[in-house]
Amino acid sequence: MNALDIESVWKYYGDFPALRDIKLRIERGSTVALLGRNGAGKTTLLKIIAGLSGASKGSVKIMGEDARRETTRRRIGVLGHAISLYDELSAMENLTLFGKLYALADPRKRAEEMLERIGLSRVRDGLVREFSRGMRQRLAVGRVFLHDPEVLLLDEPFTALDDRAIAVLQALLREGHAQGRTIILSTHQLREALELATHVALIQRGQLVFEGPRTQEMADDPAYIYRTYGEK
Amino acid sequence: MRNKAIVLLALISATLLIYVLARVFFVLPDELNQGAIYRIIYFHVPGAITGFTGFVTAMIAAGFYLATGDLKYDRFSAAVTEVSLAFASINLVTGMVWARIIWGVWWAWDMRLTTMLICWLIYAGYLMLRRAVEEPTKRAKLSAVFSFFGCIDIGIVWKSIEWWNTQHPQPVLSIRDGGGMAPGMEAPIYINLVALLCLSACMIMVRMRQEAMSNEIDSLRRTAHTI
Amino acid sequence: MLYLRQVFTIAAKDLRSELRTKEALNSSFAFSMVILVLFSFAFDPSSEQLHEISGGLLWLVYSFASALSLNRGFARELENDCLDALVASPVPVSALFLGKAVANYALLMAVEMVGFLVFGLLYDVQAAHYFWPVLLVIALGTWAMVVVGTMFSAVTVNLRMREMMLPIIIYPLLLPALMAAMTTTTDLLNGAPFGPNLIFLRVLAAVDLIYTLLSMIFIEFVLVG
Repeated sequence: MNALDIESVWKYYGDFPALRDIKLRIERGSTVALLGRNGAGKTTLLKIIAGLSGASKGSVKIMGEDARRETTRRRIGVLGHAISLYDELSAMENLTLFGKLYALADPRKRAEEMLERIGLSRVRDGLVREFSRGMRQRLAVGRVFLHDPEVLLLDEPFTALDDRAIAVLQALLREGHAQGRTIILSTHQLREALELATHVALIQRGQLVFEGPRTQEMADDPAYIYRTYGEK
Repeated sequence: MRNKAIVLLALISATLLIYVLARVFFVLPDELNQGAIYRIIYFHVPGAITGFTGFVTAMIAAGFYLATGDLKYDRFSAAVTEVSLAFASINLVTGMVWARIIWGVWWAWDMRLTTMLICWLIYAGYLMLRRAVEEPTKRAKLSAVFSFFGCIDIGIVWKSIEWWNTQHPQPVLSIRDGGGMAPGMEAPIYINLVALLCLSACMIMVRMRQEAMSNEIDSLRRTAHTI
Repeated sequence: MLYLRQVFTIAAKDLRSELRTKEALNSSFAFSMVILVLFSFAFDPSSEQLHEISGGLLWLVYSFASALSLNRGFARELENDCLDALVASPVPVSALFLGKAVANYALLMAVEMVGFLVFGLLYDVQAAHYFWPVLLVIALGTWAMVVVGTMFSAVTVNLRMREMMLPIIIYPLLLPALMAAMTTTTDLLNGAPFGPNLIFLRVLAAVDLIYTLLSMIFIEFVLVG
C-alpha cells in the first residue's frame, strides 16, 4: 500500500484550474521534495493532501484511506507557513493541547519528552508570545512530530529558520526517514531539501511536469531540475 | 438561444404589464372602502410572492451547489436573491405608501410587512457577504450556507410574528381579509404575478450571464498572475 | 465519549486563552456598562414606561455585548494560522465548533450575569420572585446568540471587514430568538404570570435546536476549503 495515491486531482478556484490532472504515487518511507515556483500550486496540493481543502475532481488517498477521515488525520503531521501555536499558552500547554487533540495516551508525558528533544525543556512554562523566533519554530517542529505521524507534510519548512532550528529540523527529518516515515516537503531551499530527498516532483502552473528519484546530479546542482524540466 | 429566451420573456412580461395597467387604471372602478389606493395591491402582492419565492428557490439552488460543486447553481442562487431583493423592495415601498394613505403612518408592524423587512435585511446581508469574498469557490460555499440559514430563519420569523400578534394585535395591511374581492378585481393580481415572474426570470438570466462573465474574468486574472 | 472530550478540550483551550488576555471579556463588560448608563439618560429610570421596556432594554445591552465578544470566536485562530492545525487534526469540525460555542457561552453568560445585576441596581428592577425563569430565558436566548455568532464568525473569519459584517449578518437571523426573549423577560420582570409566554419559550428552544443542528451540519463546508 502506498503512502499517498493522488489520482487525477483537479482544483478549481472559480473557473481557474489551480491544479490540473495531478497523478502522483508516493511509496512509504520516501522523502519527496516538491519543487516549483511561487504560485505553481505546491501549497494548494499540500492543503488537499492535508485535508484542509477538497479536490474539485479526483481523489487523494493516504494509506488507502480518504484524507478527511479521522483515523487518517491521526497519522498525518502538517507544518504550514506559520507556527500554528497559541501565543497566550505556554510551550507545555501548547504541546499538551495537541497531544489531547490527537488522542495520545499520555499527552503530558509525550509533551515533556518532545520539549526535551527540541531543547525547550528549560522554558516549558514560558508563554510562546515571549519566545524568540527560533524557539517558536523549534516548538512548531515539535508539534508536528508529537503524535508520531507516519506521513509528514511540510510547506516550506526551512524558510526563515535560524541555524539551530534548521539543524533540529534536519535531524528530526533524517531520524523520521530512518524510522520509515513518509515525508513530503515543498521548498525553495533546494540544497537542504535535496540532501534529504529520495524523490523529487516538480509542479509548474498546476501541472506535474516531472516526478522521479532524486539523482546525484540533482543533489550536486540543485538548479538542474528547473533547467531540465522546467520552462525554457 | 438564451438571448431569444430573454427577449421573449421580456416581451411577455411587458405585454402583460401593459394590459394589467390599462385594466387597473381605465377599466376597474375605485374600491368601496379604500378609494383609489387599493390599486397598489396589484404590485404589492405579486411583489411579495416573488420576493418570498426567491428565498426558497435560492436555498434549493444553494443545496444543489453544495451537493455538486457546480458553480452554475451558485450563479443562479445569487441572481435569484438579487432579483428577489428588488421585488422585496417593491413590496416594502408599496406597503409603506399604502399604510400612509390608509392609516396615516409610514410604517405599521403588520405581520407580512415585518417579515418582508427582515427578509430584505437578510438578502442585503447575503449580497454584502458575496461582495466581501473574492475567490469564487469560497464565495459560493459561504453564500450557500448563508442561504440555508436565511431561508429557515424567515420561516421561524413568520411563525414568531404570528404568535406575537396573538398577544399584540396589529392592523393588517390587506384588502382581501374583509371577505374577498369582486372577481373582476382579483384576476389582475394573478396576471400581474405572471408578468412579474416573467420579468424576474428575464432579469435572473441576464444576471447569471453577468456572473459567468465575472467568473471568467477572475479566472483569466489568476492565469495572468501565474505567467 | 471521545467527541465530548474533544469539545471540552477545545472549550478549555479557548477559555484559558481568553482568561489570560481578558480582551473580549473586558471590552464586552465595559461596553455593557456604558450602554446601561447611556440608556438611563434616554429613559427616566423611575418611570412606569421603563418597566414596559425593561426586557427589551436588557436584551439590547446583551446584543451589543455579544457583538464584541462573538467576533473573537474563530478570529483568535487566525494568529499563527492555528485554524489550519485544528482543522487538520483528528478533531471533527463540528466538535471544534461546539467547543468554541461552549467557551463563548460561558464568557458571555458571565458578562450577562454581571450586567443583569447592574441593570437591576440602576433601574430598580425587582427580579427576586422570578429569578429562575428569567435565568432560563437568558440561558436559552444567549445560546441562540452564541451559536449563530460562532457559526458566522467562522464564515467571516477570512474576510476583510469581519467586525462590521458579523453583526449585520447575525442580527436578522437572531430576530425571532431576541423577540421571544425580550417579550418573555419584560413580562417576567413585571411580575406577570408566565402562562401566555410559554409559546415563546418553545420558540427559543426550537430556535436553539434548529440553529445548533444547522451549524453542526454546515460548519464542514465553511472550514474545509
